[in-house]
Amino acid sequence: MLNLYTRRRILNAVGLSVSVLAMLFGLFWLCWILITLLDHGLPALTLIVFEQMTPPPGSAGGLLNAIAGSAMMTLVGTLIGTPIGILAGTYLAEFGQRGWMAPVTRFINDVLLSAPSIVIGLFVYEVYVVRVKHFSGWAGALALSILVIPIVIRTTENMLRLVPSTLREAAAALGAPQWKVINFVTLRAARAGIITGVLLAVARISGETAPLLFTSLNNQFWSSNMDQPMANLPVVIFQFAMSPYADWQNLAWAGALLITVSVLTLNIMARVLFRQSATTH
Amino acid sequence: MPMFSHEARLKRQAVFDLLFRSLTRVSAFAVLVLLAAIIVSLMVGSMPAIHAFGFGFLVSSDWDPVNDKFGALIPIIGTLITSGIALLIAIPVSFGIALFLTELSPRILRRPLGIAIELLAGIPSIIYGMWGLFIFAPLFADYVEPWINKHIGTLSYIGPFFSGPPMGIGMLTAGIILAIMVIPFIASVMRDVFDVVPTLLKESAYGLGATTWEVMWQVVLPYTKIGVAGGIMLGLGRALGETMAITFVIGNAHELSKSLLMPGNSISSALANEFTEAVGDLYTASLIELGLILFFITFVVLSIARYMLYKLGQREGQAS
Repeated sequence: MLNLYTRRRILNAVGLSVSVLAMLFGLFWLCWILITLLDHGLPALTLIVFEQMTPPPGSAGGLLNAIAGSAMMTLVGTLIGTPIGILAGTYLAEFGQRGWMAPVTRFINDVLLSAPSIVIGLFVYEVYVVRVKHFSGWAGALALSILVIPIVIRTTENMLRLVPSTLREAAAALGAPQWKVINFVTLRAARAGIITGVLLAVARISGETAPLLFTSLNNQFWSSNMDQPMANLPVVIFQFAMSPYADWQNLAWAGALLITVSVLTLNIMARVLFRQSATTH
Repeated sequence: MPMFSHEARLKRQAVFDLLFRSLTRVSAFAVLVLLAAIIVSLMVGSMPAIHAFGFGFLVSSDWDPVNDKFGALIPIIGTLITSGIALLIAIPVSFGIALFLTELSPRILRRPLGIAIELLAGIPSIIYGMWGLFIFAPLFADYVEPWINKHIGTLSYIGPFFSGPPMGIGMLTAGIILAIMVIPFIASVMRDVFDVVPTLLKESAYGLGATTWEVMWQVVLPYTKIGVAGGIMLGLGRALGETMAITFVIGNAHELSKSLLMPGNSISSALANEFTEAVGDLYTASLIELGLILFFITFVVLSIARYMLYKLGQREGQAS
């Protein structure tokens, strides 16, 4: 029979080793997925991928229309979602001290932040696609913008709260009206943080597949008309990966590598930017 | 008169103030409208199915597009089982990761490792799906499932849940991949709530001679248990609504089978696979009702999660 002291030390050592193993377990999947992506994606990632359209089954081609479509829908989605998000976040941080609205909005927003994106796709299908009777790039962008709003609201509010009140008071003491204080002092002081939030939102939506399935659908050909069904990387990857054709599967890997690299780059950029702003203030 | 113009300017600024204030208020209100619109539109869209099947929809395992008979039981069970498997794996691993990041990690490694875990959360779910289908599932079928069949599948009570042809795709695979996806979410919430524990409290325990493990279990966890539970619920909310990763590997079979190795279906993967191909009002409406059920379940789970995290935040506010 071991004495209590030894038992406690052994338990501690076992527990801590398990904790280290858990950490390695997490890193293991990250490395495995990244290595797989590089392994399958790099050979398939040729210049042709950026020059040609998505091919019919069994022939070679590229992903140009899908890349362009994704870029356009992500851009429009961000442009719609960001202003609403920043304004609403400003309300929560600057005006929402009293009354029921700010706490309720904050709560609902936090829930929407993690709401299943496929349901957002269904919603846009119901309110937009059914009305106009066809899938379109606008519908896709709309669905993406709904995903952007909660992320931007959350970061805007958090960042505005970090701005010291003395800054606001100083501006107000100089006689600046409140809208000027917020627009030219507080929002500007929180700018780097808010941009971080927008970057994270862009990273999130550029990999989203589920909300695009029922909204923008897909398009085998080049289309810059947002009122038509529009090709986009995630849905193309989904279709090509599920297909039995080797050519298509290779393209899917190339697309997967592209998406992952851009999403992770955005993520890292956002973090670096945020860190810089944190050290300069 | 100069005085007069000054007053007019002040008044104009007051109008701008009011305008700006209303603009932000309307934007915030838009969030509430959005939620209401989602619920209403899904309800309207699923009306035909609600009329046709009533509450029986929830407990019926029919899924027969040819005869227009639909029930949500199989997808609901699939969603719950895969999320359950995911949590069983993810909770202990996330706890370990959070413990490592808050107590054990050398200071230089803390940040890069934290970022690495967050990058795992940043990888789009479709990538997990592809990786799961092409890389993980074949290996799982070749090496792990035969072992499970041989060693667990032959046990007397739990055996039937773990026996079946080693196909690689199925509920268990979907659950494991979901676990990998929710680990970073739960781990980062746990790390954040562990960080709010006052250092004084931990140091007192260490000062009394407690080991790191004991500090964790007897000081940190009791102090943060609401937050930890909130983080777990948050992960559950993610797992329930996750679509693409599951769609690739669950097998999309509308069958109720006892074994976790068999293909199944979840609400989100049924939607992703069948919605654009659904013909007929009742088929579409049934799928939309599935979406409504999913939204309802995740809404409840996420609300509980947020409530718990707020509770912890409040207590922290009181303590300081």
